[in-house]
Amino acid sequence: MATKVLMPQLGESVTEGTITRWLKQVGDSVNKYEPLCEVETDKVTAEVPATVSGTVIEIVVEEGTTVEVGKLICHIQEQGSVEETTETLPIETKDTEKEQEKVSENAQQDKKLNPHLNRDEQSNVRYSPAVLRIAQENNVDLTQIQGTGLGRRITRKDVLSYIENGLPVLKVDQTLASKDQMKKQQPETKKVLNQESESKEVKISPAENEAGIKIDNLKVEAGDQEIVVNNVRKTIAKRMVQSKNEAPHAWLTVEADVSDLVLYRNKIKNDFKKKENFNLTYLPFFIKAVVEGLKEYPIVNSVWAEDRILLKKRINISIAVATEDALFVPVIQDADQKSIYGIAKAIDELAQKTREGKLTITDLQDGTFTVNNTGTFGSILSAPILNSPQAGIITMESIVKRPVVYQDMIAVRSMVNLCMSLDHRVLDGLVAGRFIQSVKQKLEDMGKKEVSIY
Amino acid sequence: MAVISYIEAVTMAMREEMKRDNQVFVLGEDVGVRGGVFRATTGLYEEFGEDRVIDTPLAESAIVGVGIGAAMVGMRPIAEIQFADFILPAANQIISEAAKIRYRSNNDWNVPMVIRAPYGGGVHGALYHSQSIEAIFSNVPGLKIVAPSTPYDVKGLLKAAIRDNDPVLFLEHKRLYRLVKGEVPEGDYTIAIGKAEVKREGEDVTVITYGLMVQFALQAAEKLEKEGISTHILDLRSLQPLDKEAIIQATKKTGKVLIVHEDNKTGGLGGEISAIIAEEALFELDAPIKRLAGYDTPAMPYSPPMEKFYMLNPEKIANAIRDLAQF
Repeated sequence: MATKVLMPQLGESVTEGTITRWLKQVGDSVNKYEPLCEVETDKVTAEVPATVSGTVIEIVVEEGTTVEVGKLICHIQEQGSVEETTETLPIETKDTEKEQEKVSENAQQDKKLNPHLNRDEQSNVRYSPAVLRIAQENNVDLTQIQGTGLGRRITRKDVLSYIENGLPVLKVDQTLASKDQMKKQQPETKKVLNQESESKEVKISPAENEAGIKIDNLKVEAGDQEIVVNNVRKTIAKRMVQSKNEAPHAWLTVEADVSDLVLYRNKIKNDFKKKENFNLTYLPFFIKAVVEGLKEYPIVNSVWAEDRILLKKRINISIAVATEDALFVPVIQDADQKSIYGIAKAIDELAQKTREGKLTITDLQDGTFTVNNTGTFGSILSAPILNSPQAGIITMESIVKRPVVYQDMIAVRSMVNLCMSLDHRVLDGLVAGRFIQSVKQKLEDMGKKEVSIY
Repeated sequence: MAVISYIEAVTMAMREEMKRDNQVFVLGEDVGVRGGVFRATTGLYEEFGEDRVIDTPLAESAIVGVGIGAAMVGMRPIAEIQFADFILPAANQIISEAAKIRYRSNNDWNVPMVIRAPYGGGVHGALYHSQSIEAIFSNVPGLKIVAPSTPYDVKGLLKAAIRDNDPVLFLEHKRLYRLVKGEVPEGDYTIAIGKAEVKREGEDVTVITYGLMVQFALQAAEKLEKEGISTHILDLRSLQPLDKEAIIQATKKTGKVLIVHEDNKTGGLGGEISAIIAEEALFELDAPIKRLAGYDTPAMPYSPPMEKFYMLNPEKIANAIRDLAQF
């Protein structure tokens, strides 16, 4: 009879996966543990192994479809005869009835022997001191070990033999798995947003079933378009939610009179373009002002780390670069060691790399403070979300000509708003206010003094 | 090398020490003409005479008290308490005098005495002939306690006890007297007090025990080996001082520790050993420390089925090891 193959739990906290490609078609024969299809989740891309040897007789879930963990994806006709349809998960999730029965069978005995094991179902995620110590000392990911102890507890011996022999684990190499797909759809996105993505080993193992939020009651009307949320989008969503939830945001806005800077830039931009072969924008001036401000108020260049605040020595400026469908935040490393020209050059290179999808992991690492040039969208006011765990983010809005009071007269000046969000756990309004005032002052002075850009 | 019984090793050690050092003498109830109720002093009266093998009145306080006095002036008495159950009338002499004299006299006086006491049950001895008394005395600094499990260890440890310059309570399990035979060298050797010994190497579960239970654990391990469970057995040999280092090492060996003793569970040595492990080797533990010990009842039952029910045996130990192995 046919064996049902269900969507496996690929890593903890994963509740669903997208079947990107079927490696076996209806009629193909498979061996036990042979990959059936490729599945993409927001964490990894992995292969689903066959749970039995036999022939694929029905594919239930088409390529490109996202299904919840535990849902039927295909049927395999087993070799030889089996009396009735058996339902097997490639990994047994804890809440299947079968498992509970098994557990309760042993439960009485277990309880008698070990009062510590009363909650049998949880014993496989409770580790003994020895197991934890050995795992830490040897950098072993315990989720990859199948326990052989009571209630599938991972024993000290399991860890030791894992270290010694290395159990068979399903190796998932993102760069290899479903390579084509990734290339076609979102070039380099995995590199860009998932910094720890490199290659991961994922053992399909029982893990807690984290309930995802269900949005059941959404009405889809005629003409509505459904956009599948890709993994880049998902990561953006996750990070934004995390930052918003964790860091108490506070906002400050100042306006700066950059008339002199506008004049100064206009004066030199054509020469610059000729000489350097790229445009000189206002952003490098602004970043320069921010960097100098950070030097003056180093606390702003810091990171919240629960029990302490980490004042970063290096000043690495993350800059937000938007593409049509995503947002990347590459980093200008050691921005405090660069001239305005140097910053301009770095921005140009990073922007180009982003557009071409060539950002590397080093381009995305170690940012300490974020500058966002929201002015390019025409915005005049924004409340940016912190780039966690950084303590601050500042935006430069559109430069607009407005009538303002200037030297006790009404004058038309080029004005710009600078908006800052701060992590109120790290910074208070006072220091942030001083910092943003300092940035404003420096920005205004740059034009007046016609600072050298080299 | 002769294969002799546990009790013969006791006699051999005393005889050799009495020959070696004429300050060594034996005193106790029926130790002389009778040769001891268990025959531990057989032949000593004939060999060394009534001055060195002294029959005493039925008064344990006197046996120990006289021994303390003799020891303080340089003799090396071996006082026999006929059954450990009867040691309590001498508790004052042991706890408040023998164990404290070196401390009390600022090191001017000491008590180089051995108190031999046959202890333990499983011999149809009922209330007054079955007790384990080690826990009562293990809370007494200044007193050493030894409880060997093999004839070889008996000889080496008894000789070490006789030569020790402080009081040693030498516990001989009655059941072992004729149960266990082993090779014992004729010549002179001692075993350091305070040193435990691994009696069996294993990988799955560590058993820490002493006395008769070592033999039972060895039998259990033999049986379990056929089931694929490998047992590591540490024989403490000395209960005071405990060999902490050996306890920790044995814990490290498997991460799963079963402590076995015939003495009552509550307040027994198992608690102390558990505490040592918890304090010093928490991160070696792969399972809760387990104790298999005598029930907390007032006494060993007299009724044979009840005594059998009460006593630990290789099967009970095997079950406990199996449970831990499965954990």
